[in-house]
Amino acid sequence: MSSPHERGEFGGLPVADVRSAALERAQQLGCRHAEVRIEHIRSQFVSLRDGRVETTVDDTEIGVGLRVVHDGSIGFAAGVEVHPHAAAHLAEEAVGLARATAGALGRPVELAAEPPHGHDYWVSPYEVDPGEVAQADKVALLEDWSGRLLASPSVDHVAARVLAVVEDKIYADLAGTVTEQRRVRIHPVVEAIGVDRSTGTFESMRTLAPPVGRGWEYAMGEGWDWDAELAQVPDLLAEKMAAPSVEAGTYDLVIDPSNLWLTIHESVGHATELDRALGYEAAYAGTSFATFDQLGRLKYGSEVMHVTGDRTAPHGLATVGYDDEGVEAQSFDIVRDGVLVGYQLDRRMAADNGFARSNGCAFADSPLHVPIQRMANVSLAPAPAEGPTTDELCSAAGRGIYVMGDKSWSIDMQRHNFQFTGQRFYRIEGGRLAGQLKDAAYQAQTTEFWGSLEAVGGTSTYVLGGAFNCGKGQPGQVAPVSHGCPSALFRGIRILNARSEAGP
Amino acid sequence: MSSSGEGRLEPPQTVVERALAASRSDGCAVLVEEISQAEVRFANNTTTTNGVRRDRRVVVVSFRLAAGQDGAGGPMKAGGPMKASGAVGEAPTSVGVASASGVVDVEELVRASESEAQRAAPAEDAAPLLEPHGPDGTGVGAAAADFDEPAELTSPAVLDRVVGGLGDAFGRARDAGRLLAGFATHGVGSAYLGTSTGVRLRHVQPAGTMELVARSTDGKRSVWAGAGTDSFLDIDIAEFERRVVERLGWAERRVELPAGRYEVILPPDATADLMVPMSEAMSGRDAEEGQSAFAAPDGGTKVGQSLSPLPFELRGDPTERGLECAPFLATGASGTDVSVFDNGLPIRLTKWISQGRLERLRYHRAGAARSGVEAAAPVGNLVLELPGATGSLNDVVANTERALLLTCLWYIREVDPVTLLLTGLTRDGVYLVENGEVVGAVNNFRFNESPLEVLARATEASRSVRALSREWGEWQNRTAMPALRVADFNMSSVSPAT
Repeated sequence: MSSPHERGEFGGLPVADVRSAALERAQQLGCRHAEVRIEHIRSQFVSLRDGRVETTVDDTEIGVGLRVVHDGSIGFAAGVEVHPHAAAHLAEEAVGLARATAGALGRPVELAAEPPHGHDYWVSPYEVDPGEVAQADKVALLEDWSGRLLASPSVDHVAARVLAVVEDKIYADLAGTVTEQRRVRIHPVVEAIGVDRSTGTFESMRTLAPPVGRGWEYAMGEGWDWDAELAQVPDLLAEKMAAPSVEAGTYDLVIDPSNLWLTIHESVGHATELDRALGYEAAYAGTSFATFDQLGRLKYGSEVMHVTGDRTAPHGLATVGYDDEGVEAQSFDIVRDGVLVGYQLDRRMAADNGFARSNGCAFADSPLHVPIQRMANVSLAPAPAEGPTTDELCSAAGRGIYVMGDKSWSIDMQRHNFQFTGQRFYRIEGGRLAGQLKDAAYQAQTTEFWGSLEAVGGTSTYVLGGAFNCGKGQPGQVAPVSHGCPSALFRGIRILNARSEAGP
Repeated sequence: MSSSGEGRLEPPQTVVERALAASRSDGCAVLVEEISQAEVRFANNTTTTNGVRRDRRVVVVSFRLAAGQDGAGGPMKAGGPMKASGAVGEAPTSVGVASASGVVDVEELVRASESEAQRAAPAEDAAPLLEPHGPDGTGVGAAAADFDEPAELTSPAVLDRVVGGLGDAFGRARDAGRLLAGFATHGVGSAYLGTSTGVRLRHVQPAGTMELVARSTDGKRSVWAGAGTDSFLDIDIAEFERRVVERLGWAERRVELPAGRYEVILPPDATADLMVPMSEAMSGRDAEEGQSAFAAPDGGTKVGQSLSPLPFELRGDPTERGLECAPFLATGASGTDVSVFDNGLPIRLTKWISQGRLERLRYHRAGAARSGVEAAAPVGNLVLELPGATGSLNDVVANTERALLLTCLWYIREVDPVTLLLTGLTRDGVYLVENGEVVGAVNNFRFNESPLEVLARATEASRSVRALSREWGEWQNRTAMPALRVADFNMSSVSPAT
C-alpha cells in the first residue's frame, strides 16, 4: 500500500527530513521521549437551504506537532511550517515549555511502553476520495435530495448538508515507530421542516443515516439506501406534526440504534475514560461516577449489557491502524455481564495506574493540538444471531414508547443524569407501534437506566452509529467516533413533555 | 494544497497581495489570519498538558459574474469573457471559496476557488462588494492605516506568573486536602482582509481565559472560578484561590433539595451561559420563516415585541470598553445571515434588545435588502445590561429571602427550538441563600428553561461586569453580564454529580 506522502498529499514537502529534524533535535536536548506528527487534513462542507447553496468550505489544514518528555516534564509545540529548521525549533519550544512548567509538576511523567512498529502504513476502507469530487457535484446531489422533499406539501423547508474529511497523518517517535495513515469519513444529512402558522410552532424530521468511515460512495448509496429514506421523510414529518403531545410519565422504552448510540456515547463511552475517572478533566469535560476503585466491581447495568471499546471496527470513525502515541489498534472489554471491567487508556494513564500497555486511545484532532485520551468505538454487543428483532422487543414491551434517531442530548459532569430527545417517538400499544408522539424527552440516571435493560436485539438490529464532533479537552478538540448497538428494551424510564417543561 | 515555497511563512500582507494579483475572477476577497497561542492545563495538583502553537489560515473567495453571458463558463481568455452588465454582487454572481493553513500555494488556492465559482449557481447572498470609500457610510478606508503592521504574537511567558503561582497553590492545596484543576490560555489572532475593490483591513484580537476548579479530595465538594482576559495582567491567582477556598468552605454544610421550581440568582457567568445561545438563535431569516423562537405566529418576527418587563439592553459593540472586538466583518464562509460578500462591512454598536423589546435580528446585506430591514452582522462581543442597575452580585444576594445561588451552567443543549427551551446542569456550586446569606451548598440539578423565559421572569439585575460563559467561553469569551434574580427556574431533576 502506498503511503500518503508518496501519493503526493504532502505536495513534495520534505516530510522525512522534517520528522528527523524534530526528533533529532529533541534527542540532542535530552528528551527521553518525543513524538512528531505531520498532518494534512482536507475538510469539505456544503450546506443547502431550501435547495440553494448557503455555505461551502473547502479547507486544507497542514502542520507539525511535537510532544516531548524532558526531565519528567511534558512539552508540546506546533506550527504550520513544514520545514526542517522550523521542526527543530519546535523541539526547542517544546523543551522550553517542559522546563517552564516543571516547577508546577506534581510527579514525573511516565509513558507505558509500546513496542516499536517499524515503518507501517494504514488506510481506512473507501472507494471514492471525497476530496476528488467537485463541490459542484456535491451541491448537485444535495439539490436533488432537497428537491424531492420540497416537492411534498408537508415540507416547508429543507436543510441539506454533507461534511467529508480526508485525514493524512505521518507519525514518528524516538522509539523508532513511523506510521503513515489515511482516514476518510463522510456525513450527509437532510432535514425537513414543517411550519404550522396557526399555532406558531414547527417540527423537523432528519435522515437517520449515520456518519461513517467511507468515501463519497456512501452518498451514492453504498452502505445506505438514501432513496428509501428520503422517500419516507415527508410523511414522517406530516405524522409528527399531527401527532399528540406525549403525556409525561414512566414508560418502557424500546430504543433504536439510531438513538441508542448517543446514549452509549454519553453514559458509557465518556464515563469509562480513565483520565476522566481520575480527575484529569475535572475543570472541563468532567469526572466520572465510574471511579477507578470500582474497576471489576461496579454494577453498571443488567447482565445482558456487554460493552467493548475498539479501534478496529470496519468503517468505524475511531478506527485507526495506530493511535497518536504509536500504539497499535486494539479491541477490549469495558463492561462484561453488566460489570465494569475496563477503561480507555493512553500511555500516560496506563503507566500511572499499573497497566502494562495502553489500549490505544490517544488522539489529537489537529497537528497543532496535543494528543489526549479520546474515545474508541464503544459499542453494545447484540444478542447472538437468533436474538430478538425490534418488533419482538416492542411486543415484549406491551405498552411503551419506541425511540428513533438522535436529536438533543445532555448529561452531567459525572455522567449520572442524562436527558435525550429523538427524531421520532412512537407509542407502543398492545406490543405494536400506534403512531408518533411529539414533545418527548427521556431522562434517567446512568446505572438505573442500564440496570433496567431487559433485552438487547439480535445482530439483525445492529447498526454502527456515531458522530464527527465529540468534544473534549482544553483547548477544545473534536473527535469522530462510532458506536455500534442493537435495538434494546428498557423498563420504567421517565418521559418528559418538553413543551410543558418550558412553561411555568 | 501543496506548497511551492520553502516551507516558510511569508508576511500575511504579501499573501493577500499575491492572491489578489493572481485572481482572474470578477472579484476577490482574501482573508489571512495569523494565530499565536500558548496554554497550560493542570489537574490533580499538577500540570498535565501544555502547548505553544503558531497557525495561519488563508481563505480566498472568488466572485464570478454568472455564466450564461459568457459562453457558459468556458475557459477565460485574454481580455476577459463577455459578462453580464453590472458589478459583482449587483448582477447575479457566483462564489467559490477555498482555504488552507500554513505555507500556502497561493496560485493553487486562487485557482481552486475560481474553479468552484465557475460551476456554482448564482449566490443568494450576493451584494455589491464594499469599497474603501463607498457611499452612504459603507466606506472602510480609514481603518486600513495599520494594514502594513506585522502580526502580533503571544508567548508562553504571558503565563509565567500564573504557572509560578500555581506551583505554590498546588502545595497549599496538598496540605489542605484540595485538588486543583484548570486551564490558562492566551492567544492573539491577527486578521488581514484584502479585496479586489481595494479594501485593506487589519484587526488584532488578543483573548485569554483563566479557569480554576477546586475539589475536596473526597470529590464531594467542587467549585469553579473563571475569567476572560486580554493580557493576563489582570489575573491574580491568589484571588482565584481565595474565591474557590471561600466557596469550598460554604459547601461544608450540605442541604439536599428536590427537583422543582426555585427562585435562582444567576451570577454574571451563568447569565452568559444562557444569553450566548439566545443571541446565536437571533437569525432574521429563521424567524421570518417560522423556524425560530423569534418568529411571530402571524408570519412575521417578534421584532418590536416586549421580551421582558425590565428594560434590558442586549448589544454588541466593537468599542465596548474592555471587550473591544473587530470593527469590520471578516468571514471565509457564508451562512444563513452572514455573507462573504459583506467582507469589510463596518460593525458598529448593534442593539439586539432595547428597553426590553426585541430590536433587531441578524441579517446579511442581501437578506436585509429582501426583508426591508437594516443589515446586522454578528458582533464579536455580547453585553446584557439593565440601564441604571448599580448593585453587585453580593447586593442581589443580600436582598434575597430564599433562593438558589448558582455558579455556572453546563452541557447546555437546545431541547425545543420553538420555545428555545434549553437543558443543562448546574455545576460546581449551588448555594442556598436565606435572609441575605449563604447557608449551605445544595445538590446539583438538571434544568429545563428558556433564556427567553429567564428574561421574562427576571425580577432584579446587578450592574454588568465582564463574565465568562463556562459552556461557550471558548467561542465567545467577550461578554459582560449582570447577575439576575429569576423566579420559578425549572430544576427538572436532581443530578448526583459533584
